[in-house]
Amino acid sequence: MVELTLPKNSRITEGKTWPRAPKSTHLTEFKVYRWNPDDDANPKIDTYYVDRDDCGPMVLDALIWIKNNIDPTLAFRRSCREGVCGSCAMNIDGTNTLACTKAIDDNKAPVKIYPLPHQPVVKDLVPDLKNFYAQYASIEPWLHTTTATPEKEWKQSHTDRAKLDGMYECILCACCSTSCPSYWWNSDRYLGPAALLQANRWVQDSRDEATGERLDNLEDPFRLYRCHTIMNCSKACPKGLNPAKEIATLKKALVDRQL
Amino acid sequence: MTEPMFRTPMSRVRGLGAARSGTSHFWHQRVTSVAGVLLTVALIVIVISLLGRSHAAVVQILGSPLIAILMLLFIINTAYHMWLGMQEIILDYVHEDKWKFLALMSNTFFVSVVGLASAFAILKLSFGV
Repeated sequence: MVELTLPKNSRITEGKTWPRAPKSTHLTEFKVYRWNPDDDANPKIDTYYVDRDDCGPMVLDALIWIKNNIDPTLAFRRSCREGVCGSCAMNIDGTNTLACTKAIDDNKAPVKIYPLPHQPVVKDLVPDLKNFYAQYASIEPWLHTTTATPEKEWKQSHTDRAKLDGMYECILCACCSTSCPSYWWNSDRYLGPAALLQANRWVQDSRDEATGERLDNLEDPFRLYRCHTIMNCSKACPKGLNPAKEIATLKKALVDRQL
Repeated sequence: MTEPMFRTPMSRVRGLGAARSGTSHFWHQRVTSVAGVLLTVALIVIVISLLGRSHAAVVQILGSPLIAILMLLFIINTAYHMWLGMQEIILDYVHEDKWKFLALMSNTFFVSVVGLASAFAILKLSFGV
């Protein structure tokens, strides 16, 4: 059933306000979600003041600055710091995005940072994405062929290759899926925009020989048809992709093979 | 303490497999939407033309073949569209089996009764029984 209120142990409380760095004049306030699985406490919002004269321009720079200078217990994922790996996806100022490509000054102060919505939390800003990754694996994201493998590569025309543009760029950061209300209510059965965009990436691939089976496995009131074109996914995507359009393409393929 | 879950994420995601249906439902939603736009315009024109007329005139207009057929199409189309749409909403929000199946059945019953009663009213005007 749809949950209109948070369970008791998930309700957020006021946390600690950490002391400002002495002598710094250029400070930005950050309000960051904290939850630790090792105590029984509810999640809380801690307040930090980041010295902007000593910190890079991005939200990820600020989180690293906080971890290095104020609070080493703050947990978050990060790796490439250039929008390629998708590790630092989180909810910043109300929108799911990558901390590494989001400028601090593009947010209203105080900058509010939460983990990706509606996923179990491992600690602080680290969500548990096991289900999300299993959904991606379930669409079997590799080339399926029955024809004998050619000696060299599987060939593809320039036009067919261009059909994968707007899909191959997806970095699986989960910003889109976790911004989708249909995914919030039905993530156990609905594949979500990221996995569906990836599914379409293989359905549209001219080299793939299992298009029909792929569509069979998507044709389901929940796996695909929980998408109601709300378009939060396309709004959230930090790579500027359009998962809603790719899902519409999948639906059209399913209608096309019937009519 | 809840019981630990030993099923793998992949086992849970694959679940009972794909139902291999849903496309007809999706397509019928679109068809009834397009029909609904046209039929609603017709309904608005009909209702405006009835304004200020006497009861007898209204009965005569609604019972005339062309208007009655348009009204019946509107009723059938709207009832079917309503049934499809409400089913989507139930699947979105109601997850507990007991309530889900109760809601799905109630939806069918409600649409059948409202649709049939409305159609009957128009037919009664047409045939004057």
